[in-house]
Amino acid sequence: MIPELGNFSLILAFCLSILLGVIPMVGAARDNLLWMKLARPLTAGIFVFLSISLLILGYSFVTDDFSVAFVANHSNTALPIQYKITAVWGGHEGSFLFWTWMLAAWMLAVTVFSKAMPEDFVARVLAIMGMICVGYTLFMLATSNPFDRVLPLPPADGADLNAALQDFAFIIHPPSLYMGYVGFSVVFAFAIAALISGRLDAAWARWCRPWANAAWAILTLGLSLGSWWAYYELGWGGWWAWDPVENPPLITWLLGAAMIHSLAATEKRGVFKSWTVLLAIMAFASSLLGTFITRSGLLTSVHAFATDPTRGVYILGFLGLIIGGSLLLYAIRAPALKSEFGFGSWSREVFLLANNMILVVASAAILLGTLYPMVYQAMSGGDLISVGPPYFNTIFIPLMGILVVLMGIGPISRWKKTSATYLRQQLARVLIAALVLGVAIPVLFTLDVPVATIATAVLALWVIFAMARDLWTKSANKASRLAGLKGLSLSYWGMQLAHFGFVMTMAGACLTSIYSIERSVLLQPGQSAELGNYTFVFNGTEPVQGPNYIADEATIRVIRGDTYLLDLYPQKQLYTASGTPATKMGIDGRFFRDLFVSLGDPRANGAWTMTMYVKPFVRWVWIGTIFIALGGILAVTDKRYRRYKVRRGEAVSINAEPDSAASAGSVSGGGLTS
Amino acid sequence: MKPHRRKTLGIIIFIAAGLSVAIGLSLYALSSNIDLFFTPTQIAAGEVQPGQRIRVGGMVKEGSIRHSEEQLQVNFITTDYAHEVDVQYNGILPDLFREGQGIVAEGSITPEGQFLASRVLAKHDENYMSVEVKAAMDAAERQRVMGQTQGQNQEGFQ
Repeated sequence: MIPELGNFSLILAFCLSILLGVIPMVGAARDNLLWMKLARPLTAGIFVFLSISLLILGYSFVTDDFSVAFVANHSNTALPIQYKITAVWGGHEGSFLFWTWMLAAWMLAVTVFSKAMPEDFVARVLAIMGMICVGYTLFMLATSNPFDRVLPLPPADGADLNAALQDFAFIIHPPSLYMGYVGFSVVFAFAIAALISGRLDAAWARWCRPWANAAWAILTLGLSLGSWWAYYELGWGGWWAWDPVENPPLITWLLGAAMIHSLAATEKRGVFKSWTVLLAIMAFASSLLGTFITRSGLLTSVHAFATDPTRGVYILGFLGLIIGGSLLLYAIRAPALKSEFGFGSWSREVFLLANNMILVVASAAILLGTLYPMVYQAMSGGDLISVGPPYFNTIFIPLMGILVVLMGIGPISRWKKTSATYLRQQLARVLIAALVLGVAIPVLFTLDVPVATIATAVLALWVIFAMARDLWTKSANKASRLAGLKGLSLSYWGMQLAHFGFVMTMAGACLTSIYSIERSVLLQPGQSAELGNYTFVFNGTEPVQGPNYIADEATIRVIRGDTYLLDLYPQKQLYTASGTPATKMGIDGRFFRDLFVSLGDPRANGAWTMTMYVKPFVRWVWIGTIFIALGGILAVTDKRYRRYKVRRGEAVSINAEPDSAASAGSVSGGGLTS
Repeated sequence: MKPHRRKTLGIIIFIAAGLSVAIGLSLYALSSNIDLFFTPTQIAAGEVQPGQRIRVGGMVKEGSIRHSEEQLQVNFITTDYAHEVDVQYNGILPDLFREGQGIVAEGSITPEGQFLASRVLAKHDENYMSVEVKAAMDAAERQRVMGQTQGQNQEGFQ
């Protein structure tokens, strides 16, 4: 009975979404305040009913209700409680409910933090998100209902959650990734609402920016957690595989990064308006594409859910409708969006444009590499190919190199016009210092330095010195340096922090790729293997009993030179319910290096195969992303956004006339999207 | 031409040039970095040059896994139930590598017809078969059915 309640409230959420998609939109077009005001309560209703659905699915997991097919397929009585709860997102149906709930949560956030925006704008934003919600809930009800029953004969016990998912990161990686991913639908709704109302000014950009930054910052964390998880769980010692399912969120992330930079120019200078809107549409479309790739079963991957062609067709149809509809609206309305000011050739606008070009080209190249196998298969009549990491590295690494070079100049340049003399004066010494120290520091450690290391060091120092130089210049005109630094806005600090994090991630990625070493060996108990400066001694295995698995745990003693460092305990686990084996790495993670041992399989006389890795600087990849995300969040909290809202509220009431005129003129545009 | 037009034109040319360089580089990188997928039947038919980097997919033949006692090396046979490929691999096999299950191996074939794998991929979910392995199995099945019908036709003629 209880799962049926969950289903029922899902249907209610679907009905409310239809109302939300229609009434406030029509209300905004006809200037009917009552209809517009319905947007907020309808949104709250959708959130409540989706929450009930989600809680009931969680309840079914906790109470081991195996008559629910989704629970029977993804849980087991022996599964620890934290995984029973999080198994809600352990498979296609439940994770899609969670995804939809996340959309409702963002919608609720919009109702809460939009008090200062004009009513017709909020109504349109929520109505567009309501339409997206219609698509999601209908998809669930039609093709993948998490509350489907296995009646009349439910299984006695569940099939268990995929062993690879039973890990702490599974509790946090999907929620953060989904939250970031879905957050881009807010920005998309803002963009479409702006196209419909024809209102795309600095105020619009200011409303939009905190949402774009928040979604992007959270997506950064989600991606980074996924990378960290793949690193320690999958056991191949890598942190990024250019897997077809890793790539779409990276594409969204890159487009999102382009968008927040372009939004800055739109807010400050009133330029790149139509481009910003296009980026918002593309970022959202890429998030839908990610959904499509994961859930259609087109690709082989860790993330791919079980295959069902109708799902793929549905999502593809939805994707086509959304992209087609928004691009059509864009084609009709965008020509009206004029830049308010011009800019000179060395201005910050130009650097932001270059940044956008690089990020968009990088995402296009990744998209090409990701979709090429599918296109090739369709064109050649079934021939299968795969595009390997070398392709992505060939494209991505040089592009990021150029991006980092520009990252040093961009923040120092000025809006509208920067004199070349000023740039030279600011950056000449920075360049020399970066070149000298970038060569000197690696050479101090070892004479035999690869060119790639020097390039990495020079580029990283270039950005960091340019950053320091900028802070020095910008804090100069105050009573003291400290007062000067305090006077800088939070969004400025956010930018610097995010840039620093990006450089750290890039430096970590390059250095770990250059210096990582690995060795696979077969060791008898007592035997040892050398790798780099380390000796790994295999001291045999012991049987270990886990809550729902049994395991062989090896003891590996690590010695450096003559000194004992530590013991690593990698395990080979066997999950009893499903009979699935899993590997748990033995990792010692430090700021400058990771030691990493992964067990293979047992051979005669207690011998085991195993792979050892020494991975310098690999932690930097993830630590850097924390700084990126913190930077994004810091920019959201800038008081400028809050202070402005109050003033905007006044301004809006004054401007009410032209606003409603614009909305009345856009009925045709509204009709096209709905 | 008015100055602002000239600037717009400049930006457009700049973007177009950047894009074409990027597309050119992408296509170049793509052409040199794709791995073609072959089935054991295609390899048996001699469609693959020795040394060419390819992927091969099929089922791990029952009872074919041979571990070396002193070394890491492992040999096994992958099959699409029409033809077989002998695979040699010097590394750690994935957790879900088992007899009777689908795998994809990356590497190249020696002139003697042995496949030297540099990487072996197994499916990650119990219920999931890789698209590539499924295609290999389907292709083999089609061939088998076609072979049978041809055989029957020949019998009919005699």
